[in-house]
Amino acid sequence: MAGVIRRRARRQRLFRWIVLGVLGVFFLLPLLAMLEFTTRGTGGSFSLETWRLLADWPKLSQTYPDLATGIAASLGQVLLTVGLTLVLLVPTVIWVRLRLPRLRRVVEFLCLLPLTIPAIVLVVGLAPVYAWVTYLLGGSSLTLTFAYTILVLPYAYRSVDAGLSAIDVRTLAEAARSLGAGWTTVIWRVVLPNIRSAVLSAAFLTVALVLGEFTIASLLNRTNLQVAVNLLGKSSATMSVAVSLAALVLAFVLLLLLSLVGGGRRRTSPKETS
Amino acid sequence: MALVTHHPDPVAPAPGVRPLPARRRIRLPGGALLGVVPFFAYVVVFLAIPTLVVAIGAFTGDSGGFTLDNVARLGDSYILTAFGRSILLSAVTALVGAVLGALLGYALVTAKPDGLLRRVVTAASGVLAQFGGVTLAFAFIATIGLSGFVTEFLRDRVGVDIYASGVWLFELPGLLLVYTYFQIPLMVIVFLPALDGIRPQWREAAASLGGSTWQYWRMVAMPLLAPPFLGATLLLFANSFSAYATAAALVSQGSPIVPLQIRGALTSEVVLGQQNLGKAMALGMIVVVAIVMWLYALLQKRSAKWLG
Repeated sequence: MAGVIRRRARRQRLFRWIVLGVLGVFFLLPLLAMLEFTTRGTGGSFSLETWRLLADWPKLSQTYPDLATGIAASLGQVLLTVGLTLVLLVPTVIWVRLRLPRLRRVVEFLCLLPLTIPAIVLVVGLAPVYAWVTYLLGGSSLTLTFAYTILVLPYAYRSVDAGLSAIDVRTLAEAARSLGAGWTTVIWRVVLPNIRSAVLSAAFLTVALVLGEFTIASLLNRTNLQVAVNLLGKSSATMSVAVSLAALVLAFVLLLLLSLVGGGRRRTSPKETS
Repeated sequence: MALVTHHPDPVAPAPGVRPLPARRRIRLPGGALLGVVPFFAYVVVFLAIPTLVVAIGAFTGDSGGFTLDNVARLGDSYILTAFGRSILLSAVTALVGAVLGALLGYALVTAKPDGLLRRVVTAASGVLAQFGGVTLAFAFIATIGLSGFVTEFLRDRVGVDIYASGVWLFELPGLLLVYTYFQIPLMVIVFLPALDGIRPQWREAAASLGGSTWQYWRMVAMPLLAPPFLGATLLLFANSFSAYATAAALVSQGSPIVPLQIRGALTSEVVLGQQNLGKAMALGMIVVVAIVMWLYALLQKRSAKWLG
């Protein structure tokens, strides 16, 4: 039996490295090509000019004002969307679990609904709503936050819901209430600290999604990082490829940190301990 | 992260204290309902109303009033062709992405469960699956664009011109390639939980009963993995059917697929009445995605039985 297992492990290792090797080339080639593309100087020489410019914010905003505006807009959208999503979703999900369990299915359905409505379709319907938003709040690109909060609902809901399922919310809340805590205290000081990593992962996913969003911003005639990159691609391809690659690497580092910070203990299933 | 130590019974009454009823039944949870008002109001304004705008607009004529003209015009040859192309693109990339993604997923499952390899690949998959859009279009322009890295290499060193018969990167074949690039990582994310649910003990049990590897796969693993695999394939289909950014950044002339047709309808100031035709196309998209997601939910229920 031990021999069989050892042989199987060897076969699996071989299979693993073949698959990873072949697909690794397919996935890394475009990324390496991007790197090569951005370090091409004149006459085929190697040059870091583009990256130097990208690291030099004042000079960048002089050379490519649209790009600087886009990056600034995206950062603002990220902060506002994370804030709005957490404020709107987390207390609601906790509240529904504690006090209105009958509404849980409804809330879940609403949160997952954006998965079945493509962003391009949502834009078509959002246009009249945004006419009102512009009328009330002006046409700033930061107003995209409202649409983005809807887009990230499914992902944020899933991680917060998973975090809540992992703890015994009811018992915690009842214990706190019986010691005289009000509902606000229960949510803020008892439940939230226990789902910290779930909330963190919801925030991370929101950051990644907002940084990568293009459809809604482009078709509502507002700007963000991706819209600016796309616009820049028509005039200065090298710079737009550099910004794309930088954003991709940033998102990757974010998600890798997330998997190292949270998830380590949460994702072990009870099966493995039994 | 457990900050709470588990007592056997944290709400056990102290001796001599009459316990309060633990869950006071509130007949009228009016006060409790107030807590969900902001969320529901928000979802109504930014999700329900836009959806209704699309649904109602699809049946509204240019001068108001109910009409079936917009929906009837979906039968126009160019729109039908666009829907056909969209469905073909989604089906092909979903199938290819599902098979390759499942292989990659299996390769990961045989590695250490919390090893660095798995974490790096999972994080990279998350980025490439969700982040795609414009970035991927540029990545492929840098790779196999007219002055791309691979294009130049093949032309100068190997003497092969990949664009001898036209620049296919900016047409449907290019979309097929780039879409596959983000479908594989999505498959890895969606399919990993199912692969994790397959326990090594089952394989050992099959082996100890004299079953071969092939028999184990055919009679144990495959029947179990078939529903989640099909479900994941459907999810991939919906994902590429709804994708817009990659295509918009890659294809600037013509509108081969439905999302780009909708872009045309939204941005064309020339033809009046295009707006509501765009809404009809959007409604058509919702219908396709809704059917696919409904099937996906059915399959999820089936595989939830043993994934627990």
